[in-house]
Amino acid sequence: AKYRKVDEDFFEELEDLLLQADVGVETVMDLMDALRFEVQRKNIKDTAGIQSVISEKLVEIYESGEDEFIGLLIQETGLTVILFVGVNGVGKTTTIGKLAHRLKEQGKTVMLAAGDTFRAGAIEQLQVWGDRVGVDVIKQNEGSDPAAVMYDAVRAAKSRGVDILICDTAGRLQNKVNLMNELQKVHRVIEREVPGAPHEVLLALDATTGQNALIQAQAFKEATNVTGIVLTKLDGTAKGGIVLAIRNKLHIPVKFVGLGEKMDDLQPFDTEKYVYGLFAEGLEQEEANELS
Amino acid sequence: MAFEGLAERLQGTIQRIKGKGKVSEADVKEMMREVRFALIEADVNLKVVKEFVKKVSERAIGVDVMKSLTPGQQVIKIVKDELTELMGGEQSPIKFAQKPPTVIMMVGLQGAGKTTTTGKLALLLRKKYNRNPLLVAADIYRPAAVQQLQTIGKQLSLPVFSMGTDVSPVEIVRQALEKSKEDHNDVIIIDTAGRLHIDEVLMQELKDIRALKEPDEVFLVVDSMTGQDAVNVAQSFNEAIGITGVVLTKLDGDTRGGAALSIRSVAQKPIKFVGMGEKMDALEPFHPERMASRILGM
Ligand SMILES: Nc1nc2c(ncn2[C@@H]2O[C@H](COP(=O)(O)OP(=O)(O)OP(=O)(O)O)[C@@H](O)[C@H]2O)c(=O)[nH]1
Ligand SMILES: Nc1nc2c(ncn2[C@@H]2O[C@H](COP(=O)(O)OP(=O)(O)OP(=O)(O)O)[C@@H](O)[C@H]2O)c(=O)[nH]1
Ligand SMILES: [K+]
Ligand SMILES: [Mg+2]
Ligand SMILES: [Mg+2]
Repeated sequence: AKYRKVDEDFFEELEDLLLQADVGVETVMDLMDALRFEVQRKNIKDTAGIQSVISEKLVEIYESGEDEFIGLLIQETGLTVILFVGVNGVGKTTTIGKLAHRLKEQGKTVMLAAGDTFRAGAIEQLQVWGDRVGVDVIKQNEGSDPAAVMYDAVRAAKSRGVDILICDTAGRLQNKVNLMNELQKVHRVIEREVPGAPHEVLLALDATTGQNALIQAQAFKEATNVTGIVLTKLDGTAKGGIVLAIRNKLHIPVKFVGLGEKMDDLQPFDTEKYVYGLFAEGLEQEEANELS
Repeated sequence: MAFEGLAERLQGTIQRIKGKGKVSEADVKEMMREVRFALIEADVNLKVVKEFVKKVSERAIGVDVMKSLTPGQQVIKIVKDELTELMGGEQSPIKFAQKPPTVIMMVGLQGAGKTTTTGKLALLLRKKYNRNPLLVAADIYRPAAVQQLQTIGKQLSLPVFSMGTDVSPVEIVRQALEKSKEDHNDVIIIDTAGRLHIDEVLMQELKDIRALKEPDEVFLVVDSMTGQDAVNVAQSFNEAIGITGVVLTKLDGDTRGGAALSIRSVAQKPIKFVGMGEKMDALEPFHPERMASRILGM
């Protein structure tokens, strides 16, 4: 086979592909530096085998020397509480439905808490998911205090002895101080009722989101100590490349990806597969164009 | 960290120029590099950025900037002017049908803010234009989408037409059109399900709804936090069903909102409204100049 030369044109194309995947200027520049260095060091002349080098460097930036564990921190004994947070419309409630299904399939008993008492239809939406999956939903009336709902839910989960309680919260933009305070209050109630909880605080991020996602992650981390990310809506054409910077700078790993609106459309995050998806197809297309 | 404004980005170059007392073509080039980065960080689509920077460079390399005492500010002004221009200069009002009812379709990706905006728009139409709108619950897929719209209708004391989730959206809209005649609703706002622009089946559904009665407005509802993909979304929806305008939501956040520029430049359709909150009165007309400042971090 013929391969393309690794020249300035090639670097520029790769740079463009990654920027178009929302990876962000700073991360892309870091990668390009690392890649240029590696290409020189290994004396790479054409594109045969360069994909693996690109992947490797991207993974390096993403993991930045941290260990790989991205499973959920489920307690061996007693109640595990998982809190979902994020801005409006990213997929929190849907992901809760999917995750409840997944955990139930794994033999866990699961309960849901309808902590979004604000948005029209939010409680009904979670209830539909509860019915679909076949798990109980603890709820109060629309407009009631979300912290009170959580208190109820934690009590109910403990008394019924369920394994995992998954808590929904209303979407909120990270620059709304009052709403972020409300979230901290919810967090505190859970913490007080179950020492060590919430064991996971999962930030739902919409893959369609651009650079603002980094600010989102930072603000939610400050408010609630986020332990992981669920990258939703990856079944579209957006790639959500900003998660590289989020892990690199804020040390929050992606734990799951959302690939649709159905119960089964949730998968554990696969780093290699993900970084490959950021550029490989695009490069192959460019290469085909170049050589034709 | 992200979100450095254009002025800060140009600081370095400006300092250097001050020291030299003269602006060269290379200096302008360097400034344009910063403009490029600022726009990409604001989520303007890369292809749009490239075209834009080319255009601005041509103006900036002109004699005026080179000779001016404040080249940095000159560049910023040119960038802002061009951006405002691209964003569509003037405000664009709602288009009403000659003969009522006016039909408005809300379309877009999942979670963009269609249902919320349907309510906001209905309130605006009643309060400001003295209309009598009917809201149509045509999302049969998302769990509790119908209840969501019904709750909003109740909050606003506005009628919501729904047929549950077992009837096709096309049939729901057909019957809603009939019902609006009986009840003398002069505006119909159709809340459709969120869908991916690459979902052929669901895009066809929108075409079928559209074919029932030519809508006066097809609003593409777009989350202002959208990144590079905004162009694909706008292009696909526009090609498939022909949008007439855009509503940019969640602008009460702190995103730069570069998607506005991307959409504007690929779809060539006006941004008519912006969503500024979750409450029903949080819908405002779009201001191109403010948006330009925001994208540039000014
Ligand atoms: N295509 C696709 N759609 C998704 C995915 N996850 C969620 N959605 C859709 O995105 C929309 C919003 O999802 P929700 O679960 O309501 O989002 P949320 O974060 O709970 O929203 P708020 O509570 O309003 O802040 C719905 O239409 C979901 O069906 C996904 O992985 N892929
Ligand atoms: N802060 C803020 N939130 C908004 C705005 N517009 C909508 N939202 C919120 O965004 C979330 C999604 O809004 P929806 O109206 O349900 O979006 P949708 O496009 O109908 O979603 P699907 O029907 O699932 O595709 C909700 O939490 C809304 O309250 C806005 O302008 N500002
Ligand atoms: K969104
Ligand atoms: Mg929700
Ligand atoms: Mg909706």
